Amino acid sequence: MGRSTIFVLRLFYFWKADMTLKTTPLNAAHRAMGAKMVDFGGWDMPVNYGSQIDEHHQVRNDCGMFDVCHMRVVDAKGDGVRAFLRYLLANNADKITMPGKALYSAMLRPDGGVIDDLIIYFMTESWFRIVVNAGTADKDIAWMKEQAAVHAPNLTITSRDDLAMVAIQGPNARAKVWEVLPQTRAATDNLVNFQAADCGEYFVARTGYTGEDGFEVMLPKEKVEAFWYALNKAGVKPIGLGARDTLRLEAGMNLYGQDMDETVGPLESGLAWTVDLASERDFIGKAALLANPPTSKLAGLVLLDRGVLRGHQKVVTPHGDGEITSGSFSPTLEKSIALARVPKAVTIGDTVQVVIRDKMLNAQVVKYPFARNGKAVVSL
Amino acid sequence: MSNPSNLKYTESHEWVRAEADGTVSIGITQHAQELLGDMVFVEAPEVGRQLNAKEECAVVESVKAAADVYAPIAGEVVAANGDLDSSPEAINSDPYGAWIFRMKPANAADLDALLDAAAYQAVVDSEAH
Repeated sequence: MGRSTIFVLRLFYFWKADMTLKTTPLNAAHRAMGAKMVDFGGWDMPVNYGSQIDEHHQVRNDCGMFDVCHMRVVDAKGDGVRAFLRYLLANNADKITMPGKALYSAMLRPDGGVIDDLIIYFMTESWFRIVVNAGTADKDIAWMKEQAAVHAPNLTITSRDDLAMVAIQGPNARAKVWEVLPQTRAATDNLVNFQAADCGEYFVARTGYTGEDGFEVMLPKEKVEAFWYALNKAGVKPIGLGARDTLRLEAGMNLYGQDMDETVGPLESGLAWTVDLASERDFIGKAALLANPPTSKLAGLVLLDRGVLRGHQKVVTPHGDGEITSGSFSPTLEKSIALARVPKAVTIGDTVQVVIRDKMLNAQVVKYPFARNGKAVVSL
Repeated sequence: MSNPSNLKYTESHEWVRAEADGTVSIGITQHAQELLGDMVFVEAPEVGRQLNAKEECAVVESVKAAADVYAPIAGEVVAANGDLDSSPEAINSDPYGAWIFRMKPANAADLDALLDAAAYQAVVDSEAH
């Protein structure tokens, strides 16, 4: 077996040599639970605790918990915070008016490149909470502060390094959280999808990155280990980053650094639904998006031949070549699936070829997501 | 799981078993399958292919990674384990039973140069640090 060719989890896109790995407050718990730990963008994180495929099914069929303490919570506070976010983000903050409601958005450079994708929660007209990716957190916050200094100098933008975050996902996830945190039930019972409640020490959001129902819970760092063990005692199994990646890929959710980055725009990245170009509103990157209509797009692929689709494999189509951005084996479909950036003329139902080693294998272009709420939603 | 003492091994984590008919079976070790995790695809070499020692000849892919398998010695491929097409996970559950391909060695004495179980364990231990 050749070690050199193991592209162990291309998730390590921000890996830097000679960097001491950062740890979350759950590091000891992962090791005690038998996790295989890996370097994930400079963080020492669990990739799996046993079978990655079992962990995947556990979330689709029951529930599991993920350590997402490496992600960063940012609070933007002050008068005019909504107007600032309206200008900062490609999606329109005006879409969220119900307290706690969340919105997924890209944050763009002036040239339209994606700085990060993030979720904002509307709490009050003077408080929006923002959750950003781990690997991009520092540059995101620097960018937000730079923009705020010019456009909204009275705002405070605070990195909440005092908070930890755990995602509990799956059809039984909410019930398990209520079992462990009964004091949050009244405030969270009626949350709609993509809505959060501030329950004092616990901030509970009905959001996630798996295509399943569930909560993401933010809480004080010093309480997270006890919360993790209490969930486990209630029957919630820990899930590693390996299954997190196959779950989000099946759910058709982009991974920053793989499916998009600063060199591509949201319209080439399957995020047109999050970009509000219709309203009069100006936002950073809008002029560039209008001036440069996309020539490529993100498409879903299902491999028809035997093999495994992986990032960076070449996709051959009658309209020109493309490239896989994320590929893996789908435990739900029991087939290999991928997201690929392909010429815009490629359409659903087309058969394309993927170059895997020295072979040209057939793949079908499909509408994604591939699976959600425990079931495959793609049929060939 | 310890490495069976009746097998030979390579530094690249293949195991080699001498069969009664003079052929050798090749698979990947317990340590290798543990590193790779849940196996989802195996591509064995074509029967009849002539291989040099250390030549890339098969591929095993888990959910998270792909790895090449090398010919431990020179010889001709005489069989591929078709069961792994539909059950690649057998490599996880029974790594020393799930052979990937069989070869007729060009020179049977080449086997003697491979690692024994103790020497292979030393390779695994050295990688752990």
